[in-house]
Amino acid sequence: MTVRGTVFRYKSDVDTDVIIPARYLNTTSEAELASHCMEDIDRDFVKKVQKGDIIVAEDNFGCGSSREHAPIAIKASGISLVIANSFARIFYRNAINIGLPILECPEAVQNIKAGDVVSCDLAKGEIVNQTTGQKFQAEPFPAFIQNIIDKGGLIASLKAAEKQEDAHA
Amino acid sequence: MGMTMSQKILAAHAGLQSVKAGQLIEASLDMVLGNDITSPVAVKEFEKAGCPRICCPEKVSMVMDHFTPNKDIKAAEQVKTVRNFAAKYGVENFFDVGRMGIEHALLPEQGLVGAGDLVIGADSHTCTYGALGAFSTGVGSTDMAAGMMSDRCWFKVPAAIRFVLKNKPAKYICGKDVILHIIGMIGVDGALYKSMEFTGDGVQYLSIDDRFTICNMAIEAGAKNGIFPVDEVTRAYLNGRFGREIRAYEADPDAEYERTIEVDMSALSPTVAFPHLPENTKTPEAWGEVKIDQAVIGSCTNGHISDLRIAAEVLKGRHVAPGVRCIVIPATNTIWKQAMHEGLFDIFIDAGAVVSTPTCGPCLGGHMGILAAGERAVATTNRNFVGRMGHVDSEVYLASPYVAAASAVAGRLATPDEIE
Repeated sequence: MTVRGTVFRYKSDVDTDVIIPARYLNTTSEAELASHCMEDIDRDFVKKVQKGDIIVAEDNFGCGSSREHAPIAIKASGISLVIANSFARIFYRNAINIGLPILECPEAVQNIKAGDVVSCDLAKGEIVNQTTGQKFQAEPFPAFIQNIIDKGGLIASLKAAEKQEDAHA
Repeated sequence: MGMTMSQKILAAHAGLQSVKAGQLIEASLDMVLGNDITSPVAVKEFEKAGCPRICCPEKVSMVMDHFTPNKDIKAAEQVKTVRNFAAKYGVENFFDVGRMGIEHALLPEQGLVGAGDLVIGADSHTCTYGALGAFSTGVGSTDMAAGMMSDRCWFKVPAAIRFVLKNKPAKYICGKDVILHIIGMIGVDGALYKSMEFTGDGVQYLSIDDRFTICNMAIEAGAKNGIFPVDEVTRAYLNGRFGREIRAYEADPDAEYERTIEVDMSALSPTVAFPHLPENTKTPEAWGEVKIDQAVIGSCTNGHISDLRIAAEVLKGRHVAPGVRCIVIPATNTIWKQAMHEGLFDIFIDAGAVVSTPTCGPCLGGHMGILAAGERAVATTNRNFVGRMGHVDSEVYLASPYVAAASAVAGRLATPDEIE
């Protein structure tokens, strides 16, 4: 799958409290969570974000709470990919589990600015800065993780595996 | 190559002789935890999957603690969803008002987690149970749902950093200062994806509550888990409450650690993390004049009985400074009752503080002590991110119960020495 969009740029240690403040965690509605996404770090994000847009950040993106509402809010806001130097581990796992594509690629982070248009072939990990023409290679996921993302998340992939088992039984 | 404590627990639960850092394994779980914020999302995922039953209901705990007693209609609806789910699927370890407490104080207290266990919890501070010699780590709601469906979970075996704790902690130094000092040293991603293993002759001087505090904040250094060895202190705590066999794992002498860091606890000073990251630590000489509007003493980090005793020791015979709100939150009903019987509530109330029902409450800006724009709180909690306790322009200073209580009296960041 290839994604393409305009870049929102953030620094290091973007925590889950600024991605989706706890005062909004009294709901599981994806649309409602998305309407407050990044509110405490970037008031304009929800006004500007378009379907397909990409977040590029520095180190330790998604640190803090385990709230799955954070990647859910980002995905539901229309973001198609998050690229960072590194991710906090629970956020990393949650993003995979709900099917939000994420890639670690310090070279891309160094060479992509806010407002650049970026595309990415997710299966190959190839990132292209369409604004400058520069290309970057991120480590793609191993097959079993890629399978979870392809199936649309962990639960969907478990269901698919169950069906296969039933068919063989 | 030998294994770390964490690796041994993972290997045992994966049915393997040995594991090494970086290896992907599937392991069986002893406990799967969720709270009132993360469980509703897990319930949604579980039901989406169309799973007819929970694999092992006795291995699931659901603790309604963040917004309880329900702070608004939406929170009440969320808890209702979880309450109905627990009844439908036979989850007996469902804890609501009257039985509840802050999850990471409650589960150990109820004997639901213990030494040698493998625990996942849809709450980042699930790493707390490493204090008991368990491998315990935070996950998201989907992993919680999958854990309920299968009682198994996949893990990437973590590398580790060893912290050798030396000597007896100095006066007014407790677990909070130790872990804040460490986070200040290695940073909020200093242990990213890794285990933090605590050893050394200083461990014997740390109470179980101090160990809970230290492991609780392993996540604030990005760690996958924090863990202490099992000793007499652990056994004394587990005896009579933990129903399963105590499985004590020691690191092999040739276990691989990426780094070894020594911490001389006798040389530490009271440590406070300034806004807006837990790594932004300062000792008293660098505090300056930081006036405060609120002091919060509680949370999964420091809402234990020994934390309340410390706060009472400082507040006894003194009074909270004019204009400061001091909120004390015992972490569980049992701790609440114990504190009441010990007379701590008299001390708090005479000092002008209030005592709250157990709840995570203000720690995450939920309720029971939200900050307005420009306000500052000193808190024994675990995070001081932007907007964490309320308004985006408020500030949180993370501190030990000694410093939080002394600051409440002084009306500014202060050590107990300064108010004598």
